[in-house]
Amino acid sequence: MIRMAVVSGKGGTGKTVFAASLAELLPGRKILVDADVDASNLPLLLSPKTLWERPFFGMERARIIPEQCLSCGACRDACRFGAIQLIDNQYRVDTLRCEGCAACTLVCPAEAVVMEPHQCGVISCGSTDSGPLVYAHLFPGEGNSGLLVYELKKIASKREADYDLMLVDGPPGTGCPLISTVSGMDMVIVVTEPSVSGDHDLKRVIGVANRFHPRVRVVINRADLNPERSESIETFCREHQIPIIGRIPFDKSVIHSVRMGIPISRTKGPASEAIHTIASNIAQELG
Amino acid sequence: MHIVVASGKGGTGKTLVAANLAFVLSGEKEVTLEDCDVEEPNLHLYFPSSVESETVNIRIPKVDEAACTLCGRCSEACRYGAITTLKDRVLLFPDLCHSCGACALACPALAIEEVERPVGVVEISFPEPGLKLISGRLNEGEVQTVTVIREVKKRAEGDPLVIADAPPGTSCPLVETLEGCDYCVLVTEPTPFGLHDLTLAAEVVRIMGIPAGVIINRNDGKDRDIVEFAEAHSLPVLMSIPLDTEIARIHNNGDLFCREIPEWKDKFVALGNDLATRAIRVLP
Repeated sequence: MIRMAVVSGKGGTGKTVFAASLAELLPGRKILVDADVDASNLPLLLSPKTLWERPFFGMERARIIPEQCLSCGACRDACRFGAIQLIDNQYRVDTLRCEGCAACTLVCPAEAVVMEPHQCGVISCGSTDSGPLVYAHLFPGEGNSGLLVYELKKIASKREADYDLMLVDGPPGTGCPLISTVSGMDMVIVVTEPSVSGDHDLKRVIGVANRFHPRVRVVINRADLNPERSESIETFCREHQIPIIGRIPFDKSVIHSVRMGIPISRTKGPASEAIHTIASNIAQELG
Repeated sequence: MHIVVASGKGGTGKTLVAANLAFVLSGEKEVTLEDCDVEEPNLHLYFPSSVESETVNIRIPKVDEAACTLCGRCSEACRYGAITTLKDRVLLFPDLCHSCGACALACPALAIEEVERPVGVVEISFPEPGLKLISGRLNEGEVQTVTVIREVKKRAEGDPLVIADAPPGTSCPLVETLEGCDYCVLVTEPTPFGLHDLTLAAEVVRIMGIPAGVIINRNDGKDRDIVEFAEAHSLPVLMSIPLDTEIARIHNNGDLFCREIPEWKDKFVALGNDLATRAIRVLP
């Protein structure tokens, strides 16, 4: 099974629209993963029919048992995350701040702090026209997004024998969930746009992706909107020997297809045409 | 007053709003602009200036091999798999360390001391009269996003007017950015993606008890779903920015459209006044 991730660094460059189209166009048996667990958008284009759902438990969280607590404050002093506070004469754990390190349990003289399982999201699997889609909803404000991405990829990897391609729609940024997304990938496609931010963020995300030695490819979305910036991105890629595998023109029908809830590849127009060409080139490269 | 500009979805125009608002208001008063999108900071691209740079460090364990008895308590205590005890030595994985200090607390031989490891930088500059920019940047390959955000915020403590550009998403980096703010501006776009992610971000601010309003960016008039959502959740629509190739061109080139289009300067001054009354109204 080939593992491929679509990422961007900067948000809003068109990752999800592009990934949904690849899901439709690339040949073979595919399993899809939406690794943008904070704000999962791929289901809005692929309309999965739910096969199963299960809770996601992240790191355990601390809880203080009031009856046993001596109010000594040792737990608060040990917590590096500011998660333990004295409220109404009782030490309490703020579960949004708790990182589950359990340092508090090590210092409590009264065994009044316990670690408990904490559900911080839901993992779903649904069927789509392009194959099963594994995705998740991280509850608002929760942490552990990197761990959740790891879980989604593990679920998809278990079916390795049944599929030719794992296609992952990645999160924005360069931190925990992005690193969790690109680790173990054979190919990482970076979708960028010709703007100062797109250019800047592209370079950073390539720096992070390269640590895992995948094949890195670049797609410039809305390339015709700013030829000068597009040229600067092209120069950077040439100098670093990163192949640009496509330029997608600005096309108002993209926003229309998003509003219809379908991948742009199902419609006709300049953007769709460009994506069809990119997909057949990727298919050729992957053999 | 501390205002956070957030969105849930990336690329909706958070940075556009934060940069232009801070620029316009800095003409009248002292403004501190924070870039809390430390994984992909972009504000400095709009305010090129010489910066003063400070390293952000976390504390990671260092094992004194002479004192270590290889008892393995540190490895048992570490919930992140960052420290493993082998037959003849202790192995560290600094990338996985959350800097919680549990290993040092668990060591009965006092063989663990903590040493500093750089994970990012904070850059401070004064690019315009009246404007202080504090940008956080996480080093490539690091995961300590929240630590860097915390260091950015520390450097704005006590400043009278703070405008923060939040990271995308709805998880811990957003929570850290929102902590302690007076008002949140949620920037969205009129698409199903924009609405979906606005819904999630609005839920985060609701849970945290922070008052919020909405700015609709790239508005092509098909904003009914967003407006209905905002009304249903008592979120005022603070501003609407049209889908306009001229605004996009200026912004994509790293310029401020309020500087170039006087009409928009006035609109952002009005937005600033509006936010001031809204944020004050809710203060206890």
